Amino acid sequence: MSLRTPLARVRGLGSAKDGTHHWWMQRLTAVALVPLTLWFAVGVIAHVGAELSAVRLWLARPINAGAMILFVAAVFHHGQLGMQVVIEDYVHHEGLKLAGIVAVKLVSALLALTCAVAVVQIATAQ
Amino acid sequence: MAEFTLPANSKVVPGKAHPAPAGAKNLRSFKIYRWDPEGEGNPRLDTYQVDLSACGPMVLDALIKIKNEIDSTLTFRRSCREGVCGSCAMNIDGTNTLACTRYISDVRGAVKIYPLPHMPVIKDLVPDLSTAYAQLAAIEPWMKTSSAPPGRERLQTPEDRAKLDGMWECILCFCCTTSCPSYWWNGERYLGPAILLQAYRWIADSRDEATGERLDQLEDPFRLYRCHTIMNCTKTCPKNLNPAKAIAEIKKLMLARR
Repeated sequence: MSLRTPLARVRGLGSAKDGTHHWWMQRLTAVALVPLTLWFAVGVIAHVGAELSAVRLWLARPINAGAMILFVAAVFHHGQLGMQVVIEDYVHHEGLKLAGIVAVKLVSALLALTCAVAVVQIATAQ
Repeated sequence: MAEFTLPANSKVVPGKAHPAPAGAKNLRSFKIYRWDPEGEGNPRLDTYQVDLSACGPMVLDALIKIKNEIDSTLTFRRSCREGVCGSCAMNIDGTNTLACTRYISDVRGAVKIYPLPHMPVIKDLVPDLSTAYAQLAAIEPWMKTSSAPPGRERLQTPEDRAKLDGMWECILCFCCTTSCPSYWWNGERYLGPAILLQAYRWIADSRDEATGERLDQLEDPFRLYRCHTIMNCTKTCPKNLNPAKAIAEIKKLMLARR
């Protein structure tokens, strides 16, 4: 039981003076993903049944390697921002919430970097 | 962790069935949520048979008739009976609305009436709105100025005054706020659509001089940004206002000042 007034509870610790950056990045990556996903889908479909070497050559072209790294960055950045919102919405245990958000961010960063390094390796191997 | 089960004693069980009045032909059944803080056990759904040929056209008319003629223990808030006070906000036929402006004839079959969702219940159809009222107080819904007061009214162009249309009409019934899943899960920290609409009403007022301060107070991942554009607020508003648009306007201003 708490004897604090409703106003004290609602004011809480005050405004975090933050939130707009997160919201804006989520929108920006969403918009960026429209052309990037189209490009990715077209690129993959165009290589259905192609030789591995042909796919490697295609991906090694600077424009494609650049677009692929951008695609990977946008996907994982957008994904982790969204997951953070989901966790904040539904997980009300402070410790679990923090652990969940940190885990999502670390895993996303690891996967994004792995993909980017793979693209660079393919591009430099040609 | 997220809660997937209801707290103890919150499952609604079937309740009393009150018999139809003798000789009535035009009957409609009303299934109404009942919970008494002094009684024991779960809330229940009581069934009342109302003779529509001797009842006004609105759901509130039926509630008053039930209280007067069938069961005086039925508890609900009501005052103006014409959609300007917001007291009789409740969940009717699955939608948050005002009992006084909702036609019985617009509901098919039994009329199911529950209190506004996800608020603590004081009794029957009366929710505890103290957190929502505190949230209204927290956004300081009055004009703030630093300039010396003029010797007359504070002037506003008709164009600037028009910007407040769609906001001054809000009667703070909290139909929108209690329809918002984000508010259900984080109602202690998220201000909810009704309060954000009120906040924007003062941000958009050309006479107010505290726009930046007001935006500072809203700049928060929970207070403002729990809105995920679900749009239940706009869909349910009994006054046909658009709280979702007001929230979008606040977000646009947040971006504009960066």
